[in-house]
Amino acid sequence: MDGLFPHLKMSFINYSSREINCKIVYYGPGLCGKTTNLQFIYRKTRPEAKGKMITLATETERTLFFDFLPLSLGDIKGFKTRFHLYTVPGQIFYDASRKLILKGVDGIVFVADSQVERMDANIESFDNMKINLEEQGYSLSEIPYVVQYNKRDLPNIVPVSELKKMLNSNGIPDFEAVASDGLGVFETLKAIVKLVLIELKKGA
Amino acid sequence: MPQSSFVMFEEEYREITAAVEKLLRESNAKCVYLVDKDGQLISSSGDTKDIDATSLASLTAGNIAATGGLAKLIGEKEFSILFHEGERDNLHISVVGQRVILLVIFDKRSSLGLVRLRVKKASEELGRSIQKLLDRMAADVDKENLLKEITDDDIERLFH
Repeated sequence: MDGLFPHLKMSFINYSSREINCKIVYYGPGLCGKTTNLQFIYRKTRPEAKGKMITLATETERTLFFDFLPLSLGDIKGFKTRFHLYTVPGQIFYDASRKLILKGVDGIVFVADSQVERMDANIESFDNMKINLEEQGYSLSEIPYVVQYNKRDLPNIVPVSELKKMLNSNGIPDFEAVASDGLGVFETLKAIVKLVLIELKKGA
Repeated sequence: MPQSSFVMFEEEYREITAAVEKLLRESNAKCVYLVDKDGQLISSSGDTKDIDATSLASLTAGNIAATGGLAKLIGEKEFSILFHEGERDNLHISVVGQRVILLVIFDKRSSLGLVRLRVKKASEELGRSIQKLLDRMAADVDKENLLKEITDDDIERLFH
């Protein structure tokens, strides 16, 4: 048994503290820039709107278990909206950890690495995400998600039209990004936050 | 699959927090936290002002999740109690009713034996409160439905 409601998306609405809490997970292959997305969000967010960023990484700064960043995004109907952003470890052999972090997810950002040589890794990670979601009773078609094509500043990249064919056949919102410079980072975040809130509203 | 949120109302919060406060007193602990398995803080009590509760909740859930993964690997259902001993403060982490996590921070004014005993008792009470909350949610008798009232404009306004 995992979470209060296994197999269900798990936003938490607290009428006592008047908060809506949601969980967003950044997924993608190793070194695609998930942690970089969170670091940029952390740097550019007002101190009062963010909590501490936690990074459980190896000595070589590879994510070992997860990164975690709590964000507050203002009020809706007198309720504070709080978003817990997590990254998964991208390296293939950390699959057990990825499964744990997906539990209770309300929305997903899939971060793809635009470089030609990382296409196989992108597809492998995307398939892995679908399998891990299904194992927990979720389906990608029912969960809000967006795609980010990262590293658009690098020389050896695949055209967006190709990336779309591989990773976004459903035509969900997608964004080009250079996470290290912050390009596209907040656009991606806004899009997933909106989708999560719309989904919450729909399910009410 | 229907979207479902974990909704907690004021009186449920009070009932749960009363049990958390009672545990704090009876176990002589420094602070007590109740966290859901997804890392959301449900309630806390005691000397909590110097502790980052959001981080604590997230890491506690991660800890229980990782330990649960270990348990499954060796054929156990879960390890329901974790104990971390520090030089000054200790952590006692336990799973309540397979659903929520109770975290007790204590120092030499208490003892592991006392904390274990009191946690066991409090777990029964908290388990009942949580079950009641879940039954209410399953019966879908929300007194008000906040989410339905959210408009697209409300969502849009968050980003201005």
